[in-house]
Amino acid sequence: MAASSTTVSSAGPSRPAPNFLERLRGGDEAAYLITFIAAASILLITGMLVYELFVNSADARAKFGWAFLFTQTWDPVNDEFGALPFIYGTLVTSFLALLMGIPLGVGAAIFLAELAPPKISDALTFLIELLAAVPSVIYGLLGIFVLVPILRLVEPSLRSVLGWTPFFSGPFYGVSLFSAGVVLAVMIIPFIISISREVILAVPGDQREAALALGATRWETTWDVVVPFAKKGIMGSIFLALARALGETMAVTMVVGNDPKIKASLFAPGYSIAAVIANEFTEATGKLYTSALIELGLVLFALTIVINGVARLLVMGADKYKT
Amino acid sequence: MRDLHTLRRKTVNVVMLTITGLCTLFAAGTLVFILGYLFVHGGSSLTLDFFTKLPTPVGEPGGGMANAIVGSAKLLALAMVVGVPLGFLGGVYLAEFGGSTFSFVIRYVTDLLNGVPSIVIGIFAYTLIVLPQKHFSTLAGGLALGVMMIPIAVRSSEEFLRTIPNSLREGAVALGASKAKAILTVVIPAAKNGIMTGIMLNLARVAGETAPLLFTSFGNRFWSPGWEQPTSALPVMIFTYAISPYEDWHRQAWSAGFVLLTLVLAVNIFARAVLAKKKHVAR
Repeated sequence: MAASSTTVSSAGPSRPAPNFLERLRGGDEAAYLITFIAAASILLITGMLVYELFVNSADARAKFGWAFLFTQTWDPVNDEFGALPFIYGTLVTSFLALLMGIPLGVGAAIFLAELAPPKISDALTFLIELLAAVPSVIYGLLGIFVLVPILRLVEPSLRSVLGWTPFFSGPFYGVSLFSAGVVLAVMIIPFIISISREVILAVPGDQREAALALGATRWETTWDVVVPFAKKGIMGSIFLALARALGETMAVTMVVGNDPKIKASLFAPGYSIAAVIANEFTEATGKLYTSALIELGLVLFALTIVINGVARLLVMGADKYKT
Repeated sequence: MRDLHTLRRKTVNVVMLTITGLCTLFAAGTLVFILGYLFVHGGSSLTLDFFTKLPTPVGEPGGGMANAIVGSAKLLALAMVVGVPLGFLGGVYLAEFGGSTFSFVIRYVTDLLNGVPSIVIGIFAYTLIVLPQKHFSTLAGGLALGVMMIPIAVRSSEEFLRTIPNSLREGAVALGASKAKAILTVVIPAAKNGIMTGIMLNLARVAGETAPLLFTSFGNRFWSPGWEQPTSALPVMIFTYAISPYEDWHRQAWSAGFVLLTLVLAVNIFARAVLAKKKHVAR
C-alpha cells in the first residue's frame, strides 16, 4: 500500500530510488536475504564439516603422513595406525556389491523400462523403491540372522566350483568380506534400478522405432540402441550406488567380521573404514587413536565426494537429453 | 543358413529378455522376502512390554524399549528443528530467487552433502558438541540427524515450489503483491502438501539412521530427561541387541526392527500416495 502511493507520487524522472529500509518493508529484500543466508549456510556447514575433519585429524596426519594410507598395522595399544586394511575392505566389499548389483540392477531396469506394461512396471518400481527406504540397520539384522546362515549352506557348492581360486579358500565363518558384499549388493540394487529405469525411459521413442523398422529384434534394439543412448545416466546411477556402498556403515559392520587383516580370500573376515569408526570411536582412548579414526573419516569423505562428484556430473549430462 | 542366423537372433532375444525379467523378479522378491520375514518373525515376537517397559539389566530376559522409542522421537524433533527451516528456506532461495552461478554451486554442494556417509556426519556432530562438552548428549544426536536432513529438505522444497506454475506468481504480482508476499501467500501454500510430504519422507529416512548416533547420542538403558544426557534410540538398540549373545535380546531386536520398518514404510507408502502424480521424488 505504501509502495503504491510512492509509485504514483514519484512518477517522473526525479523519482528517488527507494532506500534500503523501504525495500526491506516491502518484504522482497528481507525474503531474499533470509533465504540467501539459509542457502549460504549450507555452504558454510559443508565447509565446517571439512574443516572439523581436517583439524581434528591433525595429530594422526602429523605423525604418520601419507604412510597412513599404505601401512597395515592397526595397533591401538602401541599407538600404531595404518589405514590399508580398512581401505582394502571398503573397496573389496563395494566392488563385490557392484559385481553382483550392476547386472541385476541394469537387467531389471531394462525389463521395467522396455518390456513390462506400464502399470506393472510402475507397481514393481514402487515396490523396489521401497527397498531403498529400508534402514541399513535392518539390512544388517537380516544379514546376521538370515543371510549368514544361508551363505553357510551355499558355501560348500560355491567352494566346489570356485575353490581352486585363492578368493574362495580358507575357512568360512559366515561373517566375511563376501557376506558384506552380498548385503551391499541388495542395498544398492534399488538405486541402480530406479535411476537407470528413468534414463532408459527418457530415450526418445524414434530411436527404438528406427531400429525395429530396420528389422532388429527387441533385444537388439534395447542393447545396441537404447542402452548406449542411456549409457551416461546408467553410469551415473552406478557411481551413485558405489558412493553409497563405500559409505555404508551398519549393514557392513554387522556382517563383515571386523578383522583388520588383508587376505586374498573373500571368505575371510575383513573390516571397512565406516565399520572401524562405528566400532572403535567410543572406545578410543588417547588423542592419537581418536585422531586416527577421524582421519579415516576424512579418507572416507574424500573417497565418496570424488565418486559422488563424478556421478552427479554424469547424471546431469544425461538429464540434458530429456529436454 | 539364413534361417539359422534368424533363429539364433530370436533365441538370443528370448533368452536375454527372460533374464531381465528374472532380474526384476529377484529384486522385487527381495523386498517381499524382507517384509515377509520381518513381519512374521518380528511381529510374532512383539509384546506390549516392548512399548511400555525399560530394558532389563544385561542378560536378563523381558523388558522393553520404551525409552528408546521416546529417545528416537526426541532426536527426530531436534533434527526437524535443525534441518527443516534451513533446508526449506534454502529451497525457497533456489526456486524463487536463484538462477545464477551461485545457485548452481549451492545445488552441487547440497548434492555432495547428501552423499556424505552418515558416519562422517556423526564425526562432525561429535567434534562440534561432544568434544567441547566432554559428554554424549541428545543434542549432539539431534544435530547429526538434522544436518543429514538439510540436503533433502532443500532439494524437495525446491522441486515442489518449481511445480507451481508461473501464472500464479504473475497473477499475485499483477494484483499488487510484492514478490515476497506472492511467495508467502500464494506459492508456498500451493506447494504446501508436496513440501510437507517431502519432510515426512525425510524424517522417515533419518529415523532409521544408526551410524551417526553411535557416538553422539550414544545410548542409555534408562530414561533420558532433558537434552543434555545420552539417550537411547530405536535403531541403535537394534544394532546393540542384534550383535549381543543373548537369545532374548535377538527377539527384541526383531521386534524393534519390525516397529521401525512398519513406521518407515507406512510413511513412504502414504507419501507416495499423496505424490502419486509427481514422478520425481528427491532422494
